[in-house]
Amino acid sequence: MKLRRSMLFLPGANAAMLSTAFVFKPDSIMFDLEDAVSLREKDAARLLVFHALQNPVYRDIETVVRINPLNTPFGLADLEAVVRAGVDIVRLPKTDSAADVHQLEAEVERIERACGRALGSTKLMAAIESASGVVNALSIATSSKRMIGIALAGFDYVMDMQTERGDGTELFYARCAVLHAARVAGIDAFDVVYSDVNDEEGFLKEVELIKKLGFNGKSLINPRQIELLHNAYAPTEEDVDYARRVVAAAEKAERDGLGVIALNGKMIDAPIVNHAKRVLQKAQASGVRK
Amino acid sequence: MKIIKEALAGTLESSDLLVKVMPLPEDRVEVVIQSEVMHQFGEQIRQVVSQTLQQLGLVSGQVVIEDKGALDCAIRARVQAAILRGGSIQELDWSKLS
Repeated sequence: MKLRRSMLFLPGANAAMLSTAFVFKPDSIMFDLEDAVSLREKDAARLLVFHALQNPVYRDIETVVRINPLNTPFGLADLEAVVRAGVDIVRLPKTDSAADVHQLEAEVERIERACGRALGSTKLMAAIESASGVVNALSIATSSKRMIGIALAGFDYVMDMQTERGDGTELFYARCAVLHAARVAGIDAFDVVYSDVNDEEGFLKEVELIKKLGFNGKSLINPRQIELLHNAYAPTEEDVDYARRVVAAAEKAERDGLGVIALNGKMIDAPIVNHAKRVLQKAQASGVRK
Repeated sequence: MKIIKEALAGTLESSDLLVKVMPLPEDRVEVVIQSEVMHQFGEQIRQVVSQTLQQLGLVSGQVVIEDKGALDCAIRARVQAAILRGGSIQELDWSKLS
């Protein structure tokens, strides 16, 4: 069970950031070849990301690349580069339907065969940025075995909905739709970026909301947001203590050959045990909440 | 491959490098490297540049590099970008660029 709370965006054309970002230890690093790269630097950014992906400093961190859409002159070249370079996950922007994912999957498979990479080893995620994408979220989320997650991208979505970013009301339906689709598909759900990096209070308020809704994590645009996010997602000491007792009770029940797990006289079922294991995983990753 | 027009790639920001390529009238490759870390890493930078030029099969052109302490991966990427731009190469063989 891979923990994906923080997905840090890095502009693909920025050599300095690509050379140092691994030290911030987000759960995943996302090299951006799309909106963060100007048209005249697309070729150079693609080469930078191609080589950064092969740098040993990124061996122990999950790598994601946001490619350009496949209907642009850049998308397919991006895909050729990053699949060959060994990226873990390709993030498809502006995904409106399952057909977009099917087209991407076919190209990924062709490249994997051509370069000798294990078939199926390149995972996919889709960014949903339009009303169509939100309406089709379930078919997108279930479109491929390679899919590990779907992400809501707020800026383009609110433009499409003829509204603007505010207190979160404007994203309420989209967040719920994306999250439900991800849960049905058994994949991860990622919330939008919070662009005001100096507003910690606003960021934490939004993190609290998306955590309560059930999102796995959030796309981030500044390394300063990583620790804040991880701490907000970290369990309390009481949560960890209870989770340890739940897991211990489950292990004892298994040893004793009992089908029913009980803790302090209360019955515990499998979802509670699974939740307790996730709590312990988060505690192991970032300690208890400060 | 030959450099047929002037081209640039990269920046002068820290941890990056600026690569400028220019055509030469004859089949000869001329490489000039300046680096803030030449004393410690000069030999390694030369090796990375030389290997990158060989991979691309460059036979003619001048390559001027101003390095600001870039990692090897950034050096490879910037040198390749400048040469591919200077050679007007559109179709890439990614297996030869690793």
